[in-house]
Amino acid sequence: MSDETTTADEGPSPDIYDELPDAPPKTRLRLSLVGKISVAVVAFWVFLAFFGPWIAPYHEAFFIEDDLAGNPIDDPSFMLPSSQTWLGTDYLGRDILSRIVWGARTTIGISFVATMLAYFVGITLGIAAAVAGKMTDTVLSRLVDAILAFPNIMLGLIIIAAFGSSIPLLIALAGLVYAASVFRIARALGQDIMVQDFVEAARARGEGLWWIITREVLPNAAMPLATDFGLRLVFVILFISSLSFLGLGVQPPISDWGSMVRENLQGLGNGLSGGAVASIAPAVAIATLTIAINLIVDDISAAAGGSLAKKMV
Amino acid sequence: MTKQPIFECRELKIEARPWDAPPIPIVKGVSFDVNPGEVVALIGESGSGKTTISLSSLGYTKPGLHFSGGEARLLGKDMISLDPDEKRLQRGEHVAYLAQSAAATFNPALKIGEQVTESAVLHGAMSQQDANARAEELYNALELPDPDRIGGRYPHQVSGGQLQRLMAAMALVEKPSLLVLDEPTTALDVTTQIEVLKAFKKVIEEEGSAAIYVTHDLAVVAQIADHIVVLYSGEVMEQGPVDTIINHPKHSYTKRLMAAVRPTPAAGQGDAATGEHAREMPALEVKGVTAGYGRGADGKPAVTVLRDINVSVERGHVVGVIGESGCGKSTLARVMAGLLPAADGQVMLDGKELKPALADRARDELQLVQFVFQMADTALNPRQTIGDIIGRPLTFYQGIKGRERREKVLQIMNMVELPPEFEGRFPAELSGGQKQRVNLARGLAAGPEVLLCDEVTSALDTIVGANVIKLLERLRAETGVSFVFISHDLSTVSSFADEIVVLYAGRVVEQGPVDQVLSPPFHPYTRLLITSVPEMRIGWLEDTMQTREAAAGIARGVEITDIGCPFFNRCPLAIDGVCDREAPPIREDTPGHQIACHQTLEEVEDSEAKPQKILHGYEKALVDEEQARAARH
Repeated sequence: MSDETTTADEGPSPDIYDELPDAPPKTRLRLSLVGKISVAVVAFWVFLAFFGPWIAPYHEAFFIEDDLAGNPIDDPSFMLPSSQTWLGTDYLGRDILSRIVWGARTTIGISFVATMLAYFVGITLGIAAAVAGKMTDTVLSRLVDAILAFPNIMLGLIIIAAFGSSIPLLIALAGLVYAASVFRIARALGQDIMVQDFVEAARARGEGLWWIITREVLPNAAMPLATDFGLRLVFVILFISSLSFLGLGVQPPISDWGSMVRENLQGLGNGLSGGAVASIAPAVAIATLTIAINLIVDDISAAAGGSLAKKMV
Repeated sequence: MTKQPIFECRELKIEARPWDAPPIPIVKGVSFDVNPGEVVALIGESGSGKTTISLSSLGYTKPGLHFSGGEARLLGKDMISLDPDEKRLQRGEHVAYLAQSAAATFNPALKIGEQVTESAVLHGAMSQQDANARAEELYNALELPDPDRIGGRYPHQVSGGQLQRLMAAMALVEKPSLLVLDEPTTALDVTTQIEVLKAFKKVIEEEGSAAIYVTHDLAVVAQIADHIVVLYSGEVMEQGPVDTIINHPKHSYTKRLMAAVRPTPAAGQGDAATGEHAREMPALEVKGVTAGYGRGADGKPAVTVLRDINVSVERGHVVGVIGESGCGKSTLARVMAGLLPAADGQVMLDGKELKPALADRARDELQLVQFVFQMADTALNPRQTIGDIIGRPLTFYQGIKGRERREKVLQIMNMVELPPEFEGRFPAELSGGQKQRVNLARGLAAGPEVLLCDEVTSALDTIVGANVIKLLERLRAETGVSFVFISHDLSTVSSFADEIVVLYAGRVVEQGPVDQVLSPPFHPYTRLLITSVPEMRIGWLEDTMQTREAAAGIARGVEITDIGCPFFNRCPLAIDGVCDREAPPIREDTPGHQIACHQTLEEVEDSEAKPQKILHGYEKALVDEEQARAARH
């Protein structure tokens, strides 16, 4: 560098130097193309869950006996896709498309309510464990460890064997099983936030526990929890579907994607010409919904700089 | 000039490209050169683009930023246009970067030696043996203790200053031509800063490498740099040789930066207690407080951080609490606020004893003692608006709601010089200085009698920090609130406080009115702190290292001891066999000015004239043995 001093020209009012902002440009959630497609897929299934019964060509329990011209059909089971039944029929001769459309309501509805329940219980207990004393924390945490020690399906089997399967029981069961994992996340987040200076500032002010939980802790835990909600919903859908696949979940004649896969399993052996569509179609429905939700969650956690993803593991 | 510069920055332009807005220029055409063996300082406040510019020498930008013009030529190669593989070859071998926080840079799970040598071995530049030998050579050059074994330790086993120097070793292992130092001493205590600066300066001279030194602190720059580039908002305001810029600044912004540098602490700067603050009942008084963390066997704390502290805060006064980190400054404030209940002793508010624990204190008692946290970044809830943050104490303590509360909030915001439109914003939308104002405003909104300020300016750069101090001075005059002002920076405290309490290892070693603490007689520790405050003068570093206080006290950490004087092992005046055995008596030269020292006040005052041999380690062991032998006969 040369030994000369160079000085920049001074503007018209050289004495005004504002404090410079030091915040970087904010990153807002921006969905990738895959993310946008995923949103469309999820929106499609949610739409069917709400309005499916009015759209579906047949009732979920309707047995097709006549063709479009009104002539009786000899064997209506495992019919190939046609203009009458777009995705063919199942092993009893019911329209697959209609059952998938109706099933969207059952599968998504049960999973959503169960996840909400898991969140309500998990967050309440998780935050309580983070905020309250060591004793409460220990008792709750060990209890949760005990629940998590069982394989989910095994736990489901035991409880259903004891009480019999019904939709309220399925919701309560999935809610309980997944509340354990929500508890873990909520507790970890709560502990993280509880040691922040702003919580200490609230404590120094003399704020009560209720204020600290609802105003200081929960708003800061909301974003990671909301992201995790998507993933948890996927797990619950798969859990309910697995139970149904085992014949322990939603009972006939109510249609449900998981039970549809199982009912029509025999068709799979017949190849595409003999009714494989009947069990593949509901499987595809489960796959598209869960993968789409996963991809949306990926986009959200990427926007949060990956820090969110770390917290959730 | 025939020498080829190591690094040439030519009309460098960098911009931020938010996806929903037009690009924002961050660096607006900056040019400068770095010649071999030269240290160029980039100086400016936060947000001026100094780090961004320094990173261009590695061909790197932070996420969201893009090079939009100009060149950054390292040894003739433009780092910006190189492809990633070539960039990687340049990094480490020709240019190395030293981040601000060594604690965050080191992986706590790996030994220091592995991390120091990792890049050289990975690049294939050296074998592990050669790299280890090279690292040891650097540990020696950086004057690290125990150079042949320090590499085998983990990061938490060495002090902050040592870690900072080890990071320099990591950067220097491959003998880079250019070293980029990004605020390497900003987070350190004044005493540690000297230790690190000295080591950096020496190693840069010995290695003959060029360096870019990024900082906001002109006093530091005066010690280490050859050239200065003054930046503001991504533009060069002024550049030239260090003595020209320091002694004859031309640009008004440079002059302003100089003005923000606080003067060296000396008597007569503070608004020392005048007659109008008559000595009545103190607003807050701490009597014989002992406190610590954990619970030991006998009901006492497992780790005692404060011992028998007596401090009184007069109404409307500012009491400065100083000491290095680990001395118990923050703990004292936490005891006052009730966040950490004292194990023994009393905290009195307006003559009434306060319960030790926060939960047992009444709401109006809490209202009168407010705590302002050090880091505004973490002390403000990111999900609450500024209006809510400042308004909450109004509702909580005084029941003010609705329109009245809004008016009050705006009034307080006006008091701390925040524009009214900030009311609906979130903390992340404010700059560091503005956040600190919100932090203060929240404390003031409660209507306190005592405001406990914990290092409120330490995280801010010079200009912003100076503005906050100015604000505090005004608030104190307007509101009559008493302040307890905690800082490790004596120069900040001395311009603002009425009384100073010097803490060392959990004990008060000296306290009294600011003028008396800052004029002889000094406690040896106070003298060490005073000599450690950097002056904006070329050659200050070398002068300071000549003083006996620095020679004995720098590069040693704070140790809490149970017996004797804790400063013993860093004290140039320590009397062997006395200071390490018995607690020092408290001496008073004038009422209110106390020094805890075994040396008489005359000896302390006259200390410069009477050098005494300092005994350490094995020397001390020899003397002890001799004494024991003498006693036996």
